[in-house]
Amino acid sequence: MILPFFVVIPLGAAFLISIFGKRIKNFGDILANLGTLSLLAVSLYSIKLVSVHKILVYKIGGWVPPIGICLVLDGLTSFMLVTVSLVSFLVSIYSINYMERYTDKHRFYTLFMLMLAGMNGIIVTGDLFNLFVFLEIASIASYALVAFGTEAEELEASFKYAIMGSVASSFILLGIALLYSFTSTLNMADISRVLSAKPPGMLVNFIAVMFLAGFGLKAALVPFHAWLPDAHPSAPASISAMLSGILIKTLGVYALVRVLFNILGITQGYLTVLMFLGALSLIVAVILALSQWDLKRLLAYHSISQIGYVVLGIGLGTPLGILGGLFHLFNHSVFKSLLFLNSGAIDYAAGTRDLKETGGLAKIMPVTYKTNLVASMSIAGIPPFNGFFSKLIIIIACIEKGHIGYGICAVIGSILTLASFMKVQKYAFGGELKERFRNIKEVPVMMRLSMLILAAICVLGGFMLLPHLKPFLQSAVDVLLSGNGYKDAVFGALK
Amino acid sequence: MEVFSEYILCFILFCIGLYCVLRRRNIIKIVIGLGIIEYAVNLFFVLVGYKEHGRAPILAKGQVVSPMVDPIPQALVLTSIVIGLAITALIVAIAVRIFEKYGTFDITKIRRLKG
Repeated sequence: MILPFFVVIPLGAAFLISIFGKRIKNFGDILANLGTLSLLAVSLYSIKLVSVHKILVYKIGGWVPPIGICLVLDGLTSFMLVTVSLVSFLVSIYSINYMERYTDKHRFYTLFMLMLAGMNGIIVTGDLFNLFVFLEIASIASYALVAFGTEAEELEASFKYAIMGSVASSFILLGIALLYSFTSTLNMADISRVLSAKPPGMLVNFIAVMFLAGFGLKAALVPFHAWLPDAHPSAPASISAMLSGILIKTLGVYALVRVLFNILGITQGYLTVLMFLGALSLIVAVILALSQWDLKRLLAYHSISQIGYVVLGIGLGTPLGILGGLFHLFNHSVFKSLLFLNSGAIDYAAGTRDLKETGGLAKIMPVTYKTNLVASMSIAGIPPFNGFFSKLIIIIACIEKGHIGYGICAVIGSILTLASFMKVQKYAFGGELKERFRNIKEVPVMMRLSMLILAAICVLGGFMLLPHLKPFLQSAVDVLLSGNGYKDAVFGALK
Repeated sequence: MEVFSEYILCFILFCIGLYCVLRRRNIIKIVIGLGIIEYAVNLFFVLVGYKEHGRAPILAKGQVVSPMVDPIPQALVLTSIVIGLAITALIVAIAVRIFEKYGTFDITKIRRLKG
């Protein structure tokens, strides 16, 4: 059974790095990269397991749920695990060279692995309170990582993020307390079973609002987004890539859709709210992004906007819409982490990320330039890159469901995204090279390698829709479509 | 009405904490407000498992089964208190570093990030 490894490997690595990292040179580098590589291998193996067994349930300590805690591997879990493992592996390769700028590299790796353990735990767990504990592990590690540079701005951003994040956690805990008082159980499948036996009431809607506020804050949907443009740019670039690439999706979108679709049972009312929040995020954030001059801050606003696409797609509730939303979730985690790694590379080489100061870097930093071009075209939705396909699916799904207005929002958002990334291309890479940048060099080999692999995935990502590879996405979509069928699947696997 | 009074008190405590986080200017007071929110939620969670005239949920040999309080919320709240401690410790540590950098606890003066 492979499920416990997703938590054990990063947690064990974090423990060992914190003890031996300072004494043994390069211990953190080696163990963190081995850990993330093995997680990637195990998560790819989980795809095969899901295609054979559909659903696997691991009983912790042999206690049978609903009394014991269980870990569940289904299509959505496997999809999220592959996304998280892929990005975290490439980011940890990148960090080998990039994190040389900071002191205490082993502490960085400790927090990095703790955050990864929290995220993997959220994805695999089948118990609601367990989800809360892992959510807090990932959150606390990310608060500390945002403040990692301990400069004035970073501390300020981390403080803001920590306050907002803790309030969000309190909302989630309150939701869990209410749900426990209503159903007397904490196992997700069991909660779903008890709820479906009870008549629908206002309490479930109230709980849904609690979760929406809590997870929406973690996902930075627009009314709750204020912390993200401060927190994500302040972190080291590799952590920005992790936060924007996967953390907001795991803590926010994944947890939200799992609770709403599979536990509470989705209704048209929730879907309408999700669609509205998604469309609002994607328009408001992209407009705010247009006027930014700090490269990382611009990217952070685009994260909010792209999360809007994901939530809009999933909120449509149709098979095509959910497919588009989840596919965009994967694509966004790839190209947004690539863009943040690019911004880190520019910062590493040129020492600034203000677009007014940079210029003409294309000749000196060809790898960064080309990978950034690929990522920019992906995020703007230019064919044949992966972002094009997922946005196209979302727009078609909007029109198919009859929501022409949301479809138009998605198109406008895409055009404005293109505009703001043309600005990045022009000011960072185009134009004359400034005198003070004459002597800078392209970034070290590990950073280039990681960026090149991500760019390759951006180019090839569209192939995931081919019939051979589609079951990977389709099995994740089926889990969300089955809704309350989740409990039958889990209890069926227990027998 | 009497039955719900403790829940209403919990809710008032939660609102006091939220007000404190949103309206105070001193960052230490914001951290205290955060603590109040956590206590309110923890208190609510314990009350969920409370039963009038219930006894401690320990099953000894030969014990007659009688009304007990629900032990699960107590275990969960214990976990949540520990998590709350970790968050408070981290935020206070950040607040101390902020004071070193900015020389003030006033959030209206800690504003280098904008846009």
